[in-house]
Amino acid sequence: MIRLEYISWAPPGKGRATILDGVSFEIPSASYAVLMGRTGSGKTTLLEILCGLRAPSSGTVWIDAREVTSFPPGERGIGYVPQDGALFPTLTVREQIGFGLRMRGVPAAEIEPRVLEAAKGVGVSALLDRLPPGLSGGERQRVALARALVVKPSVLLLDEPLASVDEETQDDLMDLLQRTQREHRITVLHVTHSRREAEGLGEMQLHLGGGRVLAKTTAA
Amino acid sequence: MISVHRLSPFWITLGLVAAGYLGFWFAMLAATATYTSPGEVMEVLLSREIRYATLLSLVTCTASALLSVAVAVPVGYLMSRRRFPGHAIVDAALDIPIVLPPMVVGICLLIFFQTRAGGLIEQAIPLTYTVGGVIVAQFVIAAAFAIRTMRNVFDHLSPRPEQVALTLGATPAQAFCHVTLPAARGGIFAAASVAWARSLGEFGPILVFAGATRMKTEVLPTSVWLAWSVGELEQGVAVSLLMIAISMIVLVAVKMTGERV
Repeated sequence: MIRLEYISWAPPGKGRATILDGVSFEIPSASYAVLMGRTGSGKTTLLEILCGLRAPSSGTVWIDAREVTSFPPGERGIGYVPQDGALFPTLTVREQIGFGLRMRGVPAAEIEPRVLEAAKGVGVSALLDRLPPGLSGGERQRVALARALVVKPSVLLLDEPLASVDEETQDDLMDLLQRTQREHRITVLHVTHSRREAEGLGEMQLHLGGGRVLAKTTAA
Repeated sequence: MISVHRLSPFWITLGLVAAGYLGFWFAMLAATATYTSPGEVMEVLLSREIRYATLLSLVTCTASALLSVAVAVPVGYLMSRRRFPGHAIVDAALDIPIVLPPMVVGICLLIFFQTRAGGLIEQAIPLTYTVGGVIVAQFVIAAAFAIRTMRNVFDHLSPRPEQVALTLGATPAQAFCHVTLPAARGGIFAAASVAWARSLGEFGPILVFAGATRMKTEVLPTSVWLAWSVGELEQGVAVSLLMIAISMIVLVAVKMTGERV
């Protein structure tokens, strides 16, 4: 479950325009929500606040009945996939996927099987020894997804994950995202400005504009 | 990269500007090289004093380059990634050694080490008119160039991978060490080479703070000055040619290694 209560954010400094102005919504557990809005509407800012990468000016963030507003990013139980995947430039796919497990102190003997399982789940088993420059856009997003999922987050935050791939790859990744959400019973917030993605994926659609949630629709 | 087969007047003009600049440099170097004979050059370069100055230059430049990188990496990262009150003032202050006349830096060093704080440092590590002073004089200026280089390197590295690392449970220090630092290794090499090259050519602050004592604090630029000041032009030219050769060899080697890193 994701719940935002009256989240506001304005850049530091006098006279700067408010980007988010009292945003509140709740996404039930194990559901797939899509957050839409025009460029500059504050979608990425909102996602960064959810991740703990940016502190809100006011308001509270709840994830699975825990108020996590002041929690560091690594203790919120989230997985984050940015627009271009943001893979670590010098690590192989195997090291990328195992990164979160290493940082959390998971025993070395446990890491390899979990990496293999996560890689298989997103279809990148054959790429484990490759470095990011050798990967296509779709492969990068799959690796980024496996890297986020391997630590078993309860919430997955996707920032325009299909924006930099072709339409055919978008269809493959949309299938993968839907399947992953169902298999892991995970709560997903997917940010996009594509109506096609929103209609193809979202059980719930939220529209952000003027710093507020303008509309909320739930699929029948 | 643009193919050489599609040369337009625009690219030809740019090439002419580059060729003109390099041509001017090569003309100066050629004139310098022909000012003296190879025999005289070898005689000067094999002298005990110049061999000592060469070795001291190589050692002190390497030490100051390493010190510069050790400071430039954390400071460059801080200035690139964080905004804090007074950020613009700190940013400008970091550039002061770049714009200040080098001689003034030497005077500032000399005065600082006469103060109570400087005296305490001096008691622990004697620096004024010592080899340590040569390294400090080179470091003070070279570090400013290395910091500027590292800041540009970090500015060009997206912060997103670090942010993802934080969401995966890394601390800011772990994200920096495991994600950002390996990605910046080419830039670190560049910063080290800039600091090294800058240190090799440093003269003013070394002369003021460390002196120009033969077989003690004499580095190659001081050798040129010492020779020039007593009218031994051939010796000054020979040392200048040696400095050009060392610079070329080291910078080309660093560039080739840096491209492979």
